[in-house]
Amino acid sequence: MDVLGAVAASLFQFGDTFAFLVLSASGLAIIFGMMGVINLAHGEFIMCGAYVTVLASRAGLPLPAAILAGALAAGLAGMVVERLVVRHLYSRPLDTIVATWGISLIASQGTLILMGSTMQGVGTPLGSLEVGGYHYSGYRLVLIAVALALLLALYLFFNRTRFGVLARATIQVPHMAEALGVDTRRVYSLTFGLGAALAGLTGGLYAPTMTMVPTMGATFIVEAFVTVVVGGADVFLGTAPAAAVLGVVKAGLTAGYGQLFGQIGLLVAVIGFIRMLPKGISGFILRERA
Amino acid sequence: MPDGTLLATTGLRAGYGGKPVLQNVDLAVRRGEIVAVIGRNGVGKSTLMKTLMGLLPASAGSVTLEGRPIDGLPAHRRARLGVGYVPQGRDVFPRMTVEENLRVGEMLRNGPVPRADYDEIYASFPILAERRAQRAGTMSGGQQQQLAIARVLIGRPGLILLDEPSEGIQPSIVQEIGQRMVALNRATGLTIILVEQNLDMIRAMAQRCYVMDKGRIVAELDAEALSDRDTVRRYLAV
Repeated sequence: MDVLGAVAASLFQFGDTFAFLVLSASGLAIIFGMMGVINLAHGEFIMCGAYVTVLASRAGLPLPAAILAGALAAGLAGMVVERLVVRHLYSRPLDTIVATWGISLIASQGTLILMGSTMQGVGTPLGSLEVGGYHYSGYRLVLIAVALALLLALYLFFNRTRFGVLARATIQVPHMAEALGVDTRRVYSLTFGLGAALAGLTGGLYAPTMTMVPTMGATFIVEAFVTVVVGGADVFLGTAPAAAVLGVVKAGLTAGYGQLFGQIGLLVAVIGFIRMLPKGISGFILRERA
Repeated sequence: MPDGTLLATTGLRAGYGGKPVLQNVDLAVRRGEIVAVIGRNGVGKSTLMKTLMGLLPASAGSVTLEGRPIDGLPAHRRARLGVGYVPQGRDVFPRMTVEENLRVGEMLRNGPVPRADYDEIYASFPILAERRAQRAGTMSGGQQQQLAIARVLIGRPGLILLDEPSEGIQPSIVQEIGQRMVALNRATGLTIILVEQNLDMIRAMAQRCYVMDKGRIVAELDAEALSDRDTVRRYLAV
């Protein structure tokens, strides 16, 4: 029973880290993988989702609806940013980095001015349950399930829907998609919006577990970037396996040596990965296949 | 404007980054015609096709489709007017299946495409039916060329811009593609503008022919001139 309990505990630890990495990175991965845009405002889309979720929840909306409102708000903000700024810089990737960094600073400092340095959050729902002598947060278990469901949903969206097929065509050979009647500007706008909405969803999902501060996006940004860097440009072949591998490293070290070593191990693993697989896991898989 | 003109250009100029390639191109293609544009490498044939499609902006001059100027329209709007583009090098979507490639072509048509149209396409391109679930990037050049053509045909275009369909493809497939395009032209009145250097393909398909050199149309060959192998060969070597 002791062994089973320990196995369940490490599985939970791994799942919790995996979910955090997948949810942090998916929006960033879609915007980078599908559009080649490195979005440094990713953390602020997460913050936007979290703030809207908390405000909507305190206004009386049930939490799941409030989280969806957060995702929607971040998605709309993303489409506005794409229309006003990012669209004009598609041929200038380095300028996009600077511009989105600027948006990130404006958003976090603007929130600080408007909403103050901290905001009352909402409590974590669902309490805890006990298995084999260990206590688990029910909400964290829900987050693990959501991360898996999100990967499945994204896979179905990009492979089974009409928009998904057009988006992949646009990403693979943009001028040809355009010549076949695809409004590629609209595809880019919606794809950026989708990436921002996923960031917002992540913010909404983690809002009940965090302190609400304007710089909360920074909590996610390191994990999000290292997962995307290790994964490479493909969300399914890259982000998911990268999150799994990094999840094992981080959860294992955290369980054995504590949070700090978990974080150090994660970053060391990333350095090793970039050295061995410069194009990430998905770049490696795709080269093998081609 | 003569009656029956589908596409015409007047004084068309275009280029890359200030470097002019097309210099005053005037041509007119009637509905139901197969017209070839021939000439050596680098005289601007592919640039002409890209400019007609709207992938490259014209710096001067005008393009009309059915008498209406389409200069201000981006490529996707031109496509939805029934212009199908089959580029040099095919440009299939490599990491998508054959069937998914065809689904993108549906966008040419402003409405749903019935399943029967897919069956029809698969019947006339059996190799695509066989490989409908295969990734396009793993197919041979000839198969990709057939896919690129089928991909616009699914959208029922009125005009096809066909850029060097014979390039890098074995002769038997070249002949097959040529015959199929001519048959389609006869059956449906499909208009085709063809850029080509392959003498056999030109003679198998074209009813009329423009000769291009240094970004200009320098000669026009009618059916009679085209039937003389040596005349065409001489112009290809201009």
